[in-house]
This record gives sequence, structure tokens and C-alpha cells, in this order.
Amino acid sequence: MIWETVRLSLRSIRRNVLRSFLTLLGIVIGVAAVIAMLTIGSGTTEKVKADISKLGSNLLVVRSGRPAGPGGPGGLEQVVRPLAEKDLAALVAHLTGARAISPASQKQVRVIFGTESLTSGVTGTDSAYLDARDWKLVSGRPFSDSETRSGTGVCLIGETVRQQFFGAGDPEGEIIRVNRTSCKIVGLLEPKGYTGFGQDQDNVVLMPLHAYQRRIAGNRDIDSIYIAADDRTPTSELQPRVEDILRDARRITPDRESDFAIRDMTQIADAMASATATMTGMLGAVAGVSLLVGGIGIMNIMLVSVTERTREIGIRLAIGAHEKHILIQFLVEATVLSLLGGIIGILIGLALAGLASVTLTIPFAPSPAVILLAVGFSALIGMVFGFFPALRGARLDPIDALRHE
Amino acid sequence: MASGAHLITFDKVWKSYGQGEARIHALAGVDLAIRRGEFVAIMGPSGSGKSTAMNIIGCLDTPTAGTYSFMGIDAGRLDRNRRAMLRNLYVGFVFQGYNLLARTTAAENVELPLIYRGVASRERRDLAMQALAQVGLVGREHHTPAELSGGQQQRVAIARAIVTRPTLLVADEPTGNLDTARTHEIMELLTKLNEELGLTITMVTHEADVAEYAKRTIRFVDGRVASDTAKLEVAQP
Ligand SMILES: Nc1ncnc2c1ncn2[C@@H]1O[C@H](COP(=O)(O)OP(=O)(O)OP(=O)(O)O)[C@@H](O)[C@H]1O
Ligand SMILES: [Mg+2]
Repeated sequence: MIWETVRLSLRSIRRNVLRSFLTLLGIVIGVAAVIAMLTIGSGTTEKVKADISKLGSNLLVVRSGRPAGPGGPGGLEQVVRPLAEKDLAALVAHLTGARAISPASQKQVRVIFGTESLTSGVTGTDSAYLDARDWKLVSGRPFSDSETRSGTGVCLIGETVRQQFFGAGDPEGEIIRVNRTSCKIVGLLEPKGYTGFGQDQDNVVLMPLHAYQRRIAGNRDIDSIYIAADDRTPTSELQPRVEDILRDARRITPDRESDFAIRDMTQIADAMASATATMTGMLGAVAGVSLLVGGIGIMNIMLVSVTERTREIGIRLAIGAHEKHILIQFLVEATVLSLLGGIIGILIGLALAGLASVTLTIPFAPSPAVILLAVGFSALIGMVFGFFPALRGARLDPIDALRHE
Repeated sequence: MASGAHLITFDKVWKSYGQGEARIHALAGVDLAIRRGEFVAIMGPSGSGKSTAMNIIGCLDTPTAGTYSFMGIDAGRLDRNRRAMLRNLYVGFVFQGYNLLARTTAAENVELPLIYRGVASRERRDLAMQALAQVGLVGREHHTPAELSGGQQQRVAIARAIVTRPTLLVADEPTGNLDTARTHEIMELLTKLNEELGLTITMVTHEADVAEYAKRTIRFVDGRVASDTAKLEVAQP
């Protein structure tokens, strides 16, 4: 009986292909929007989570200046004291539970090779940096300790830099100009793609800290210190130790606040991920409103359909259909219609999300739960919005209905 | 009297529409009894209440006052769904305008009442074919109403009415839309069904020569039975 009714409704949908399609459009667009939003959103969340591990797992980053918070940054009279080599030395000497400790100073600098040029993020650091950030080399070698110490003009480049200057060619041994100094490429970094915030992580040049300080920054400051915790030590445990050592090294008396900030990258990334998820949810909800509009479309077309087929309803009632038969017939028709729209919408939504994942280089992360939910929801919309028209049809008086022209 | 049980009885049946001044009585105290196997023609001027009476007989409608009993059941007091069930089990309808589902084949139209009876699709198909054969429409099963002549459409409607093997056939001006030749074909078909299957038929008509086929003629005037005459001259072989 139900199968019969489904067949019947499919036939009546087929009889009015164009009208059925226009009716479906609302549901199709609504479901497509929801699916695309949620799929792109969860892809972005995954991307952010992947970026976290790219930042290096269990990473603390120390920067000079007061931590933001109650009281705000230090007063005007207080010049921010940058981090210095002796701070790094103190950490290296006393900190336990760290896998790698590495300094970094950064600047956007114009990099030139031949007639090509590119503005890149140039970082002065040491050989522990790759370990601290969990970065790998595709080819070549990291700086040696002696190169770090003496500040030799050598560098590692990211994939974007290579492509700009050398295409697919081998960059090793080539000399590029960074600011007004030249340096020799000794290694190529593994490509990391964009961050969830659209930052190109491959447009980078790494050089020894002393080379950077002397030839680019023109001072002896260190912008930040990266500290990677070892496997047994959570960052929450490491953080107070770092603070103690640095306060000591920088001779900060107990009555004064620290003039540096320690950021736990894991926490930040978690916060980012949850913010992305919230945003996704909100966009999904907005898209959901269009589903409601689609539902009203279904209701409208079902009312038209019931009116158009009043005589048919009369015939069915006369030959013995119960109210519930008519009710089910139109309810099934509305549900099938809306379900069809839902399925088309899911396909379009996934296609859009697939396209977005290619262009935005985020993972394509369709969620079976979301897809099932969309199927269920579109069926529900058909039932809810089809109910009133169906009831109207079922309640018709057979005599009146038969007389209807 | 074994065959004497009345299939249909009207006991002071009234059917009224409207309120107060504008109230009209389509039926005004009709008393009537029809036995199983009868072939009754109902005649009368337009607006005399023929269709109203037929709707009540076919359990589509209920009297405003009085009692209508069908197969001994007080059908006038049954709810919609129970009357739907009675119609499905015991009544077949034939209308002036055929009332077939458009864009639906003859066979599917004929199967329709069986769907609501829950008959399996194979059996439905077989029964529909049988019914179509009974009305002389073999070979037209897959034609839609638009592809059939008026006479053929009315045959499909009759097949749909008898496919459930009903007790009663209710026909409201079944030949009203047909030419003379087609009219006689349909009337011969109804006569055959009445005689061979013992199908009780109540039929409204405006034409005396159509009423001739029936064995009894009831005349309505102003919502009342004005005359009720049985045809006595039927020769028994
Ligand atoms: N639903 C209704 N509402 C109001 N009046 C109605 C309704 N149905 C029938 N009537 C009235 O009841 C009276 C009898 O109508 P009915 O249809 O039974 O006539 P009839 O004998 O079948 O006429 P005809 O030969 O034209 O078909 C008419 O006056 C008609 O206007
Ligand atoms: Mg009439």
C-alpha cells in the first residue's frame, strides 16, 4: 500500500516535471547551502586542527612585553625590554622537560633572485628551530651549529620561494639576495600549504640568527623563543618553569610583573578551532532558514495540487478510499518531492564543498551525520508542510469533489 | 420470500439544504424499498431529487431526517470512513461524465477500487482484465481515457464499478453523454450484468427508451415519489 502510494506520487511528480522542479528549487538551494556550509566549515576546522600540529605539538612561544589581560600592556614610560641571548642561554641551561628551544626573529623582507623578486617572511633562528616547529626538509641540510654561531650567509627556503625563483628546479647552492645581503640556499623546506587564516606558510626564508641580526634587523634582539615540550611533559607544566627561569634571568623582583608573555599554541589553536566550529554552526543555521522557505514552496504547490485534483479525490473517495488513504497519498507525495529536493541539494552542496576544498586547499570533509540529517530534515519538511494541504484533500466531501470542474 | 429481503429501504427520508426562508428540501419524506437483483430506473424533472436519492443509496450522502438502510445496516448514521468501506465492498458507481483518472490507463483505472481493498498487485491485474473483458474492452487495457471514445470510457467506468463484484450498481445518467447507438450498447451491457450476475442496478435517466431497459421505474417530483411502476409484461421463457 505505501509502496503503491510512493509509486503513484512519483508518477504524478513526473507528470509535472517543470512544476515539480520549480517547487524543489527552494529545498534544493536550502539543503545545498546547509551541506556546503557545514562541509566547508568542518573542513576548515580540520584544517585549523592540522595547523596546530604544524605549529608544532606542545609548543610554547615566549615574546617580550606584558601578557595582555587586566592592567593591559605596560605604561608608556616603560620601554619594552626585548628578549636577549642571555635569556635563551638561561633556558637552554636550566629548563627541563623541553625537547627543543629555539630563538626566532622575523620580518617581511624583499627577496631577489636574478630579475625576480618576492616579499617573504624571513626568520633568523638556529638549527633547533626545525625540531621545535616540527618542520622537515625535502632536500639539503639544516644550518650547522658553526654557521649559526658565526652568522654565515646560508638559508633554507620554502616551496613558494622556490617556485617563484626556480620553478620546479633544484635551488640548492643558488645565491639569493635578502635585503642587501646575499645568502646561499642549503635546503628546501617541506610544503605546508596555507593556514586556516589564508597565510602562506611556504613563503619563508630561514637564516642563522646572527646573520639576520647583523644584516637585516641591525640589532641583537630576539623576537620570540620557541619551546617544544618533550613527550612526557605537558605544556601546562612547562610554562611555570619557563616563567621562573626567565624572571630570574631578567632579574624581575617578585613585586613586579613579568615583562614577557608565554603563549601556549595548543590552547590558542583549540580556541581557534572552536571559534570556527561556532561560525560554521551559525552559517548553517542561516542556510537552514532557506529550508523553511523551501517548505513553504512545498506547501503552496501541494495546495495547488489538491485543488487541481479535487475531482480525482472525489473519484477515489467514491470508490472507497478512506480519509487516511487520501491523506497518506498527498503526504507521501509532498515527502517524496521534498526528499528528492533534499537529495539533489546534498549532491550540489557536496559538489560546491568539493570545489571550495580544491580552491581553498582545505580538506574535503563531508559528514555522514550531516548528510543523514539533511535527508531526514527534508523529508520532515515535506511531511510538515504537506500535512495541511493533504488534510484539506482528505476532508473533501466526495459529492462536492465529484462535482468540481 | 428468500429473495425478498430488501437491499435498500428509505423510511421517510428527508434531505434539506440551507436555513430558514432559503431552506429547500431535495427529498421530502421518501419511502422506498428495493430488493436484491432489481433493475430500477429513476426518472423525474430536473431538480426533483434524483441525484440526491442516488447519493444516499450509494452511501455517499446521508439523510437529514428519516432512516436509510442498506443491507439492513442503518447506513445513514455511519461515519465517513465506514460509509467509504461500505461503498468499497458493496457499491459500484457509474457517472454521466465517466470520471476516470486522466493520464491513467484503463487497466489502472479499473484496479483502483482494489487498491483500497488491499488486493495484491498481481491479483488486481487479473481481476481488472476480467472486468475489462466483461465490458468488451479486451485490447484496450493500456489506453488512457484520452485515447478512448465516450462509449469506451463509460465501459471502463463500468468495469471499474464491477471489478469488486459489488451488490449494487449506482448509475446517475450513465448514457447522458452518449449517442443513441452507444446508449443502447451500454444499456445492453447493464442488462446483461443485471441478468447474468444478479447485480442490483439503480439508474437515473431522462430518456424513456433508456428506462425501458429497467424492470421498474420510479418517478420523482419535488422530492417525493410520484409513481412506482414495475414492468409486468416481461415474458418468462
Ligand atoms: N449541495 C447542495 N446544496 C444546496 N442545494 C442542493 C445541493 N444539492 C442539491 N441541491 C438542490 O436539491 C434539489 C435536488 O437536486 P438533485 O441534484 O437531486 O436534482 P436532480 O433530480 O438530480 O436534477 P437533474 O435532473 O438536473 O440532475 C435541487 O433543487 C438542488 O438545487
Ligand atoms: Mg441529477
